[in-house]
Amino acid sequence: MDILGIPILSFLIFFPLAGAAVLLFIKNESPIRVVTLLFALVEFVASLPLFFKFDSAMAAMQFLEDGWWVEAYGISYKLGIDGISLLLVLLSTFLTVLCILCSWTAITFRVKEYMISFLFLETGMIGALVALDLILFYVFWEVMLIPMYLLIGVWGNPQRRIYAAIKFFLFTMAGSVLMLVAILVLYFINLKATGKSTFDVLELYKLGIPVTTQYWLFGAFALAFAIKVPMFPFHTWLPDAHTEAPTAGSVILAGVLLKMGTYGFIRFAIPLFPNAALDLTPLISWLALIGIIYGALVSMMQPDLKRLVAFSSVSHLGYVMLGMFALNTQGVQGSIYQMLNHGISTGSLFLIVGMIYERRHTRMISDFGGISKVMPVFAVFFMIVTLSSIGLPGTNGFVGEFLILLGAFRANTLYGVLAAAGVILGAAYMLWMFQRVMFGKVTHSKNEGLKDLNAREVVILIPMVALIFLMGIYPKLFFSKMDASVEKFLKDFKGKVEMKADLPAPKVAEIKK
Amino acid sequence: MKIPEIDLYLIAPEIIITAFGFLVLLVDVFAPKGEKKGYLGFLGLIGVVIAFFYTIPLMGSGKTGFEGMITSDGFAVFFKITILIIAFLTLLISMGYAAREGIGFGEYYALILFATLGMMLMAAGTHLIVIFLGLETMSISIYILAGMLREDRRSAEAAFKYFLLGAFATGFLLYGIAFLYGATGSLYLKDIAAHIAAKKLFDHPMLLMSLTFLTIGFGFKIASVPFHMWTPDVYEGAPTSVTAFMATGVKAAGFSALIRVFFTALPGFRPDWTSIMWLIAVVTMTVGNIIAISQSNIKRMLAYSSIAHAGYILVAFVAGNQLGTSGILFYLMAYAFMNLGAFTCVILFGKKGEENTLVADYAGVGFKYPLLAASMTIFLLSMAGIPPLGGFMAKLYIFSAAVEAKFYWLAIFGVLNSAISVYYYLRVTVLMYFRESEREITGLQFSPAPVIALILALIGTFYMGIFPSNVLTFAQKSIAGLM
Repeated sequence: MDILGIPILSFLIFFPLAGAAVLLFIKNESPIRVVTLLFALVEFVASLPLFFKFDSAMAAMQFLEDGWWVEAYGISYKLGIDGISLLLVLLSTFLTVLCILCSWTAITFRVKEYMISFLFLETGMIGALVALDLILFYVFWEVMLIPMYLLIGVWGNPQRRIYAAIKFFLFTMAGSVLMLVAILVLYFINLKATGKSTFDVLELYKLGIPVTTQYWLFGAFALAFAIKVPMFPFHTWLPDAHTEAPTAGSVILAGVLLKMGTYGFIRFAIPLFPNAALDLTPLISWLALIGIIYGALVSMMQPDLKRLVAFSSVSHLGYVMLGMFALNTQGVQGSIYQMLNHGISTGSLFLIVGMIYERRHTRMISDFGGISKVMPVFAVFFMIVTLSSIGLPGTNGFVGEFLILLGAFRANTLYGVLAAAGVILGAAYMLWMFQRVMFGKVTHSKNEGLKDLNAREVVILIPMVALIFLMGIYPKLFFSKMDASVEKFLKDFKGKVEMKADLPAPKVAEIKK
Repeated sequence: MKIPEIDLYLIAPEIIITAFGFLVLLVDVFAPKGEKKGYLGFLGLIGVVIAFFYTIPLMGSGKTGFEGMITSDGFAVFFKITILIIAFLTLLISMGYAAREGIGFGEYYALILFATLGMMLMAAGTHLIVIFLGLETMSISIYILAGMLREDRRSAEAAFKYFLLGAFATGFLLYGIAFLYGATGSLYLKDIAAHIAAKKLFDHPMLLMSLTFLTIGFGFKIASVPFHMWTPDVYEGAPTSVTAFMATGVKAAGFSALIRVFFTALPGFRPDWTSIMWLIAVVTMTVGNIIAISQSNIKRMLAYSSIAHAGYILVAFVAGNQLGTSGILFYLMAYAFMNLGAFTCVILFGKKGEENTLVADYAGVGFKYPLLAASMTIFLLSMAGIPPLGGFMAKLYIFSAAVEAKFYWLAIFGVLNSAISVYYYLRVTVLMYFRESEREITGLQFSPAPVIALILALIGTFYMGIFPSNVLTFAQKSIAGLM
């Protein structure tokens, strides 16, 4: 499928860049905002055909584009999506539109640079999600870092933005350079085994790698992704980055950038190194469980709203990891669904915190109280989003969490029990926070005159809430897209693991001879 | 008696560079006094361009001349092209900088051309005396260039320090060459290798001594630890345009000679020098990067960063395979673009009497001079190895060479060092974009020549990052005769 003669995935990658180039020539702030929004909207609309033209019955990569980038070295420009990346791509284009909208008045200086950074970021995100070549993926993965670094560092909170920006950059960079070495090792193993010089993941999937080597390589990949997710104990950059970033930065960070980590596991780390992944499942599951409980407990104690939401991300992403490493249909499907949920629920939470911050210039829970009386419309939206984050039946959060718990119980009862306990903690910190902020008496005089949401803000939140219900009530719409891909993922995984289990057998036979 | 063949066309580029060097001096003598002499630099540029067009036809000819003392194999041609690009950009930068600092007289441009001549000979020589002569021609020109700012004490210190230590290092190198000659009876690189292989002289003490001395001599020129002590002081004190020239040109020429001598003459000693160079590579990367973090002067910071880059290149040297050697060629060219670009930015951030070379001076300039700051950011990110810039591709090849040769730990040390280096490269961007300036920098003047150099460097950095195929293929072909 082509748009303007350009294959759709390439179009989606480079269209935001074109937007950034156009912005360079615009001087005034308001046209800059409008043009950026236009580009983001066109990008979103252009990404919709992916959803409708996607063949749900097909498990293989679709919308494939294949060409050389550096032929001499086997680096290809190979793009494609399956049911797993499809929804994440849509989430990215969708959230970008909302982010531009929510930055409308919040960003008051250097608007042009801000918008350019955002469009660059979109290019990086889409690129990383659709790249099927390891080096290409790595390039987009790193490209995402710089605009995000600038977003936090320039437009973040004055107090600690620089610290947070550098911490974000260094943590991610340190993890990903080791992945680069692992990619190279993988390349040479493949070169030796097949004589083909390629970084194409689909080719590399076929490779049988000795289990000890798999441990090393999986370790390097997992470290890069675990930092990005972030899994306990690599999560320390997250609260800082989230708290200091401007609202839109937090939304996109939570909504898409963290998903890059979990997506990396499901696209690269697990299928490439299945035996290592299987053997390390207990470790990762336990880290995920610690993340769930620890994130929830720390959230409960946060005096700062944004920090609370940030730590809740650690907890939520713990579920995603737990579900994925249950390595059964329910777990993996729930895990992917929860990635989307988290993008929508936590993204909305950051939006909401940003809206109240714009009014009050504080995020301390103790500064609020009784807001529901002053801002009734706001209260309704906040309530829905809170409940979705908790996982109330009827909202998207329930579907994801339920499937993950189901998958976890099937994999290991203890995991299931502990994760279910985490759900209760999740409800506790969210509801307690909601109660302290929204209910009770208006204790601060400044809160009395707060204006309710304006039209722009309502427009931002309505699609989010609509999605919360749509995904909660009619999940089949989305599951039908990913079913085939998830089945294939698990089938390939099991096939490889069993094949490996058979491997030592011939050796024994040889010795007997 | 046979009259030796004179293959002048093989050294046509060198002859042209020399002729233009003298021409610059002559024109300078007859030029009216006191006026600005930007046209001298322009004359140099013409010379470089003509030399470039005489270098291209040598590509792939693989001929040797002057009784086998000079070669025009792919390796030599690739390095000559790199060196001519470096000289071209340096001259462009100088036309703005030298005029500003009042050193734009004929000798300055002539010496840059003579140093270029030396570098090209180092790349083309297959005879130890030719390599040595090239090295001396280059070094002596650079000694003088480093001290060009006569009024500036730091410049004088730089020249003096570089000269003393450089002379000492040259002594080591010459000593190494002498031992090599003593043990094998030849100064031709190929004959030395053949002799060693025929007589199985792999444990010969004189040759081991020679190996050590050569390592020291070349290690000094490429600024590897522990022979790096001069680098920060000299880079800081020398005129910035000369620093840029040293950091890229001298390093490239040093590596060309190092590779040529070790790979062609001493392949039998590979196990010996691999273990030494492994250690030197790790120490060079680590020391360079860690000390760079604490630098407050941007020229010193770039000096330590250049030390670290020598370490990365040594990683590929240790790997010693096809990929590594072509990776070095690719790396040095990418490094030339990004490093010259960064130094050009440093020059453009200064003005007469106010060099603004403290890292702290960069506070707040990000939005005041957006294009300049963005260029600086791009060059620094490229040096840090962030895609899709030339520095990333270069590092990719280097580290994949190490992985291919199964030097996994070396590759891991390398990438971890890259991660460390991000910190100090980012520090400059932090200052430029995230902080408000304490002291206003105003009235920067952008003369056209350095701006053109900046644009060319940007194009080079992006080109090598986004479309690396051509250069890489070229580099792979270039090393065909060497291995």
